[in-house]
This record gives sequence, C-alpha cells and structure tokens, in this order.
Amino acid sequence: MIEIKDIEKSFGDTKVLKGISTTFETGKTNLIIGRSGSGKTVMLKTLLGIHTPEKGSISFDGRIYSELTRDEKRSLRTEIGMVFQGSALFDSMNVEDNVAFPLKMFTNKRGREIKDRVNEVLERVNLVDANYKFPNEISGGMQKRVAIARAIVNNPKYLFCDEPNSGLDPETSILIDELIQEITREYDMTTVINTHDMNSVLQIGEKIVFLKNGIKEWEGTNEQILETRNKSIVEFVYSSELFKKVRESLLEEDDEERKQDLNIKDE
Amino acid sequence: MIKEVFNKPTKWSVMKSLILKEIDDLIIGSMGIVAFISFFIGGVVAIQTALNLTNPLIPKSLIAFATRQSVILEFAPTFISIIMAGRAGSYITSSIGTMRVTEQIDALEVMGVNAINYLIFPKIVAFTLYPFVIAISMFLGIMGGWLAGVYGGFVGSDQFLEGIQTDFIPFHVFYAFLKTFVFGMLLATIPSFHGFYMKGGALEVGKASTTSFVWTSVVIITVNYIITQLLLS
Repeated sequence: MIEIKDIEKSFGDTKVLKGISTTFETGKTNLIIGRSGSGKTVMLKTLLGIHTPEKGSISFDGRIYSELTRDEKRSLRTEIGMVFQGSALFDSMNVEDNVAFPLKMFTNKRGREIKDRVNEVLERVNLVDANYKFPNEISGGMQKRVAIARAIVNNPKYLFCDEPNSGLDPETSILIDELIQEITREYDMTTVINTHDMNSVLQIGEKIVFLKNGIKEWEGTNEQILETRNKSIVEFVYSSELFKKVRESLLEEDDEERKQDLNIKDE
Repeated sequence: MIKEVFNKPTKWSVMKSLILKEIDDLIIGSMGIVAFISFFIGGVVAIQTALNLTNPLIPKSLIAFATRQSVILEFAPTFISIIMAGRAGSYITSSIGTMRVTEQIDALEVMGVNAINYLIFPKIVAFTLYPFVIAISMFLGIMGGWLAGVYGGFVGSDQFLEGIQTDFIPFHVFYAFLKTFVFGMLLATIPSFHGFYMKGGALEVGKASTTSFVWTSVVIITVNYIITQLLLS
C-alpha cells in the first residue's frame, strides 16, 4: 500500500501539486486521471522519487520515503517496476536482454535461471518468439508488453505505469489494460497508472484519483465515476463521451445512406 | 557528476561487458580513421618540409626530424584528439542524449541503477587505452613520412632513418603521452556531460552533439597550451 499525505511540489513559482493526500491499495489498479497539465506526471514522478516534494510524505508499506537512507531508497527502487509512456526499452539490447536487465543487475541468478525467468514472463505477457528482436523491430503494442515484462520480471511490489496505452489502437489498449489488471492481482502488487484514457478508467479503475490544477478534485471507483455529480469530473468524462456520440451519429448517417443506396438500386 | 561516476558501482559482471563494448566502439572502432589520417598527414608533413628546404646546406635528414617532431609533439596527440572529439565525442553525446530523450536514463534511475556510473564509467575506462591509439598514430605518421619522402624522391631511406634519430629527447614522448591521457579523459567526460544533462527532443540531441564537439575541442586546445607551457617551456 502506498500512502500519500499532503504532498506539495513546485517548479519555480508554479505550484504543481497542492496538498494531495490519498491511498493506493495493494492488489488493485489505482488510476490517476486528469487533463494535460493537471499534475499527473509530476505526481507519478514524485511517487517514484524522481521529484522531491517540498511538503508531505509518501510511505511504501509503512516506509516513509523521505526518512530512508540512500541505500534503503535504492533498495526500495528495486521493488518498483515502471512502464514508461514510450516504453523506454534499451534500444541497444534485444527483447530478451531488456527483460533480463533487472535480473542481471540486482540478483545473483545465473544464465539458465535468468533465461527461464525471462521466457516465463514473456509468455505471461503473450510475447513468444520475439526474444532476439530489437525494440525498433517490434510494434508499439509489443514494446509495451516487453516494458511490462521488464517491470515485473523481478517480482516488484509496486508497479507504476505512465500512460500505458498512449499511441496504441483501441483493441491493443484494452488488451494492455486487461494484462496490467491480471498481473496486479496475480503478483499482488500496488499498481498506480497515470492515464487520461476513459476506456481504461471504466475498464480497470478500481480506485480513481482525479486531479485538477494540482488538487485532488475527486476520488472513487469506476462505478462511482459515472454517477458522480462533481462538475469537473462530469466535464472530463463528457469530453470523451462526446466523441462516442459523434461516432454513433456518423454511423447512423452511414446506415441511412446505405439504405438510400439500396432503395435506388431496387428501383 | 565525476563523484557520481565512482559512487555505487554497477555489478562487476555487468560492468565488465560494458567496458569491453565501449573499448570496441570507442577505441577499436576509431582505429581505421586514425590510421588513415595519421598515415597521410605524416606523408604531407614530410613533403611540405622537403619542398621548403631550398638551401643545399641543410641536410635532407631534417625532413625526417621535422616529421618526427611534428607527429610526436602535436599532430598525433592533439590533432587526432580533435578528430576523436568529432568521431567518438559526437557518438557519446548522441547515444547518451538519445537515452535521455527516450526516458531510458529515467528507466535506469527508477530501477535503482546509478545511471552516471553505468553509462560514463565504462567510457572513462575505455579511454585509458587512448594512448595506445596515439602510439599507433605516431608510428603510422612517421611511416607515412618515410614512404612519401623516400618514394617521392625527396630523401634517401638512410637519411630519413638518420633524421628520425637525431636529437631524440625521450621526455617529448612522455609529454605527448601525458597530454594524450588527459585528452582521453576529456574526450570521455565532456561529451558524456553534454549528453547526460541535455534537455529537449531529437533536434536537441543534434545540437548537443555539436556543442559537445565545440567544447571538447576548445578545452583540448586550451589544456594543450597549458600542459605545453608547464612541461616544455
């Protein structure tokens, strides 16, 4: 479980996070949502220790990050898996070496053990026969799978994902979302996902934190989000719903045109 | 940055393969261009000296002497280092810069890897072998001078061999290798710094490579002056 208490983060005179408190539970997919510039990425980077908050505390299963020694922080980081927005695979390494990287760096496992574990996680993310391909030789969806495999190969306690389905087609997006949720339950991890994809919110949002201008505006579940009367979140959800309605109306128009075409041919 | 390079080293088994890879990329990979340039510049130095020796009282062995001095004192250590700033320096900046842009460095740091040590330390170790490159450059430069001088009909082989032994001062070789070692460290660290701390996107990677080449060259030339002033004057 990750507990955040009253964190504040500024860049120069701009306050990006303004006293955010929340809890991300173990075994659940926790989502941070909000419009671009709402502070989602800064919050994720603060959780990861890339940014240091000026105020407040972050605790990982009772371990308060700011109170840890340098070595304890490094040790905690080995318990963290991260899936970056652009996958961030090492482009000089093939798929197998990318996934094996954390094992080579932080464990005393030998060649055969490493290979077996790599194959196990690659199979888990439904990626077989890609071991010797380089990141630029595989699709965006496959890159995301490799990134997930690399993030979970060392059995992390915490999994962070930054926009895991950005740049993916809707079908692949759903598969990636499902995979993350399944893995979270299977490995009993605390998963925190940064997204603005409404499909993900509705599909895997077991806990949702909505940020607006650096403030936690709302929190709840994917069921509660559809029923809430909070104006900001309704506006955010509606912006996605709008596209859906536009698509529906276009499809209706398309159907009417087809019917008219058929009538002309019959005549 | 330098402190972090030596702080919390990466696992030795991983570091060993990184060092070997960097030696291959930065040192062995540069040998071809260094050999080519050294050989022909040595030849050109010999021809230029020969063409300027119009006084019949000056012995022809001076061609070899001038070639040796030019190659050992300046051409091999300094000129080749400027070439290396373009070849290896740009490679270092662009490879580390691309890793920064594509969040690969963030990925290393999030995993708990000391990214500075992981990326820069192997390059510094690889560049400790840089004096060997310069030794080969010196040899090939003098060889080029000998071939151009003898086969161009400017000097006899015996005169050339006599010339390259005339007034030989071993300290000059020490001076050349000392500054080569310093240049090697500059070639590893300045481009790494520009790549590691760059900000922006793909365009900025190109800009960082150019800036790194300019700064590495400027620092090499300045340090060359300082070392020469301290050791030879």
